[in-house]
Amino acid sequence: INGPGGDMQWCFSQVKGAIDDDVAEADIISTVEFNHTGELLATGDKGGRVVIFQQEIENKSQPQFRSEYNVYSTFQSHEPEFDYLKSLEIEEKINKIRWLPQKNAAQFLLSTNDKTIKLWKISERDKRPEGYNLKEEDGRYKDPNTITSLRVPVLIPMDLMVEASPRRVFANAHTYHINSISVNSDNETYLSADDLRINLWHLEITDRSFNIVDIKPANMEELTEVITAAEFHPHQCNTFVYSSSKGTIRLCDMRASALCDKHSKLFEEPEDPSNRSFFSEIISSISDVKFSHNGRYMMTRDYLSVKIWDLNMENRPVETYQVHEYLRSKLCSLYENDCIFDKFECCWNGNDSVVMTGSYNNFFRMFDRGHRRDVTLEASRENSKPMQVLKPRKVCAGGKRKKDEISVDSLDFNKKILHTAWHPQDNIIAVATTNNLYIFQDKVN
Amino acid sequence: MAGADGDDSLYPIAVLIDELRNEDVQLRLNSIKKLSTIALALGVERTRTELLPFLTDTIYDEDEVLLALAEQLGNFTMLVGGPEYVHCLLPPLESLATVEETVVRDKAVESLRKISQEHSPVDLEVHFEPLVKRLASGDWFTSRTSACGLFSVCYPRVSSTVKAEIRQHFRTLCSDDTPMVRRAAASKLGEFAKVLELDYVKSDIISLFTALASDEQDSVRLLAVEACVSIATLLPQEDLETLVMPTLRQAAEDKSWRVRYMVADKFSELQKAVGPEITKNDLVPAFQNLLKDCEAEVRAAAANKVKEFCENLPEDNREQIIMTHILPCVKELVSDTNQHVKSALASVIMGLSTILGKDNTIEHLLPLFLAQLKDECPEVRLNIISNLDCVNEVIGIRQLSQSLLPAIVELAEDAKWRVRLAIIEYMPLLAGQLGVEFFDEKLNTLCMAWLIDHVYAIREAATCNLMKLVEKFGAEWAQNTIVPKVLGMANDPNYLHRMTTLFCINVIVHCCGYPYREITTKQMLPVVLKMSNDQVANVRFNVAKSLQKIGPVLDSNALQTEVKPVLEKLASDTDMDVKYFAQEAISVLALA
Repeated sequence: INGPGGDMQWCFSQVKGAIDDDVAEADIISTVEFNHTGELLATGDKGGRVVIFQQEIENKSQPQFRSEYNVYSTFQSHEPEFDYLKSLEIEEKINKIRWLPQKNAAQFLLSTNDKTIKLWKISERDKRPEGYNLKEEDGRYKDPNTITSLRVPVLIPMDLMVEASPRRVFANAHTYHINSISVNSDNETYLSADDLRINLWHLEITDRSFNIVDIKPANMEELTEVITAAEFHPHQCNTFVYSSSKGTIRLCDMRASALCDKHSKLFEEPEDPSNRSFFSEIISSISDVKFSHNGRYMMTRDYLSVKIWDLNMENRPVETYQVHEYLRSKLCSLYENDCIFDKFECCWNGNDSVVMTGSYNNFFRMFDRGHRRDVTLEASRENSKPMQVLKPRKVCAGGKRKKDEISVDSLDFNKKILHTAWHPQDNIIAVATTNNLYIFQDKVN
Repeated sequence: MAGADGDDSLYPIAVLIDELRNEDVQLRLNSIKKLSTIALALGVERTRTELLPFLTDTIYDEDEVLLALAEQLGNFTMLVGGPEYVHCLLPPLESLATVEETVVRDKAVESLRKISQEHSPVDLEVHFEPLVKRLASGDWFTSRTSACGLFSVCYPRVSSTVKAEIRQHFRTLCSDDTPMVRRAAASKLGEFAKVLELDYVKSDIISLFTALASDEQDSVRLLAVEACVSIATLLPQEDLETLVMPTLRQAAEDKSWRVRYMVADKFSELQKAVGPEITKNDLVPAFQNLLKDCEAEVRAAAANKVKEFCENLPEDNREQIIMTHILPCVKELVSDTNQHVKSALASVIMGLSTILGKDNTIEHLLPLFLAQLKDECPEVRLNIISNLDCVNEVIGIRQLSQSLLPAIVELAEDAKWRVRLAIIEYMPLLAGQLGVEFFDEKLNTLCMAWLIDHVYAIREAATCNLMKLVEKFGAEWAQNTIVPKVLGMANDPNYLHRMTTLFCINVIVHCCGYPYREITTKQMLPVVLKMSNDQVANVRFNVAKSLQKIGPVLDSNALQTEVKPVLEKLASDTDMDVKYFAQEAISVLALA
């Protein structure tokens, strides 16, 4: 769907994670994120672990097998904790991972659970010191009386070792659950957002942060909306947006004042009165907001649709894509099984021409903006033969079901794709089903 | 170095070397801190050929170890064989200058700057300058940011060809892709300008300065403000208007409050750098705008500078400028909506009285002081009170005392204990300014009331305050005013208040000392001794502690007949702590 004229085909590349059907809670993937070059891909899970995959050096002899991603480093980022003052358990689940722009040979990422953000360094070591004065290399002690000269250790090559070490812990700044973190283009600050507040941190300072947005009403009974996601503009260091449970997006300019309670732009689409229902407010809640790479647009995901907004136009989105409109008639049962509160994320491809987001039944959707085409694909074990081309799927919304179509009633709502990521340059995507990570790539002819 | 079989002196060094690679960070750190000992034992040759190569590769260590290493290497010249070999230190410092931790990089740069001075001019070009170039063109921004700090140290000592290269590198870094490098370059711009020839300052630096000052990132623009100060100092007065002022004016009106904040924060330095004429024409209106800025942070920063700005105005029409331009803004700030702004102003506003003189102070400033003394925010009132001495010199404090008293009383009874604590700290100052009579009449009751405050920190501060008051007003005053009230509390039903009596006695004895033994023996000692029968153990062991303090001023008769029996009784108390402190007192006073 990417090139002009011809449809791009996606094919299976890899699947990570356990094959068996009974899923351990801790293995459920909770976030997926490529680094800025696409060479590394990080996932976080409910067990507080971060797994980093590295793209292998491209194999010139077999161009059809493009470089695969293999495990590079796995580490426990967060542990379960207990807040004794509030008698609350703090889950170890990784809510978000954000990579920092590379600053030296090592790689850095921020990971967060509900309360605490951590800065991790992932570095390689290929040398180890050798030579002791007082003991042998195997640890046996020498007789100190035999020492007649001093020996300085030397570094000798060893097998490559990847280490992850926690560099900073940014704690105690959020009363509510952190839903977003975003690194600023000034590369020295980042924001963290919870349900009611957004804080600004310096990457090197852990003992203080600045509150830049606070929507907590004096009386909590007057609470009508919460912050659902927040992100910095990719180039303008003073601009960030945050979305709300009421379906609005506010753009703030940090130049204007220290506290950004007054937004400079409010993006909101007037509600279509014909679609008004009990569920209107719930399904208009925005679950994710992402700036395009070029910084001109932003994309929001609500329960049923993806909207693209031009930053220069506040009154309506420039594009709206229906993700699974056929669910509109099912909202009642989706409310009963809590699926209506699922938080789907969305992502842009490298040149902002295609957007991707997840759905149910392990389906995910892509929308080609230029050609106004869309496709539904499925991440499943059945389609996981090497280089197998993914067949577009169709859902039948009532009426007569055609061949190859799936009826709405047979969709599996327990299989949902909430987290997806697109390689920053190439057509490689990472799609998280419950506990598996699928990697697909475009078909090379 | 090494002696024949089993040299004892080698063992400690061998331990140090082995611990360079110990698992325990603390041991590695200790070893690194004794690196000079290791180097000394190895001798210059082995330090150069073995120790330094090892250290160059250890950059994956913990920050604190790397920081210590970076610092050590700055003082290593003699240990590698003197200035002739100082370039051997460059490789380890170069790798330290590229690590991700800013503190480590900065320390490495600091050490590099230090050892650059120990390079001969030839070595500087052969070894040091290539290192600077490598860092400046490094792949990662960490190395490029480090390079920014090294240009200024080698520039003055290299040939003109190399100078041209250095200028070119600096220019490149000023337009680096990453904001971090541009920030590093902007923050070193002033320093680099200082070592450049004036012509190059005008041709190169000004254009870089202008570019950085209009960078898209406000974090870069605000650093250009700092550079503005150094650059303006370097340029002749007649060039300032064309070369610096357009940029400065633009910064003072920048869209980003952080940049305007920086201008406000550096205002005094800017004022000195641009001189009186430009100050009059440009900075006065700019300062007025900053005082009226829409962002409270900016107003607060500007308010902080009000006194300094006024002081540095050219004397010939200082008063006129203040009265017509600055004071109206100041008046508005007194009723600002933001309490940080008001309290920033309150901390400097009193200083204006010395500049404006008695009449203006009474007519114009006094109403502002009085308004601030009644401000709803305690910090504002405290800041006014803490600077009373400035006004006292000009108009005398009596002008204020009518309003002062209610303000003090209100702060003294504030619900927040930190506010009460703050006002207690000003009591000795107030007492000095207001005089003993006024104090006895109006403030003494407050000071005594704090002694029975329900917060310990306040009672403690109140006790300490008593000591300072006694130092100020003398022992006689203490005897008549303080002692009776303190001793009265010895019978208080609350044991915490009874303990306060003991704490107060401790400080009064300390102040009055030997010459006023009378007060101690006749009035205080009996009370203390009587309290040894208190039912609360905490009181009893504090009696023992107090006796230990009082003991030295008593005569031996009183010690033997009065103190000793009581302490002996306490030493056989049922409570462990009481016993302990009684025994301590007995041994300190040598009564055993």
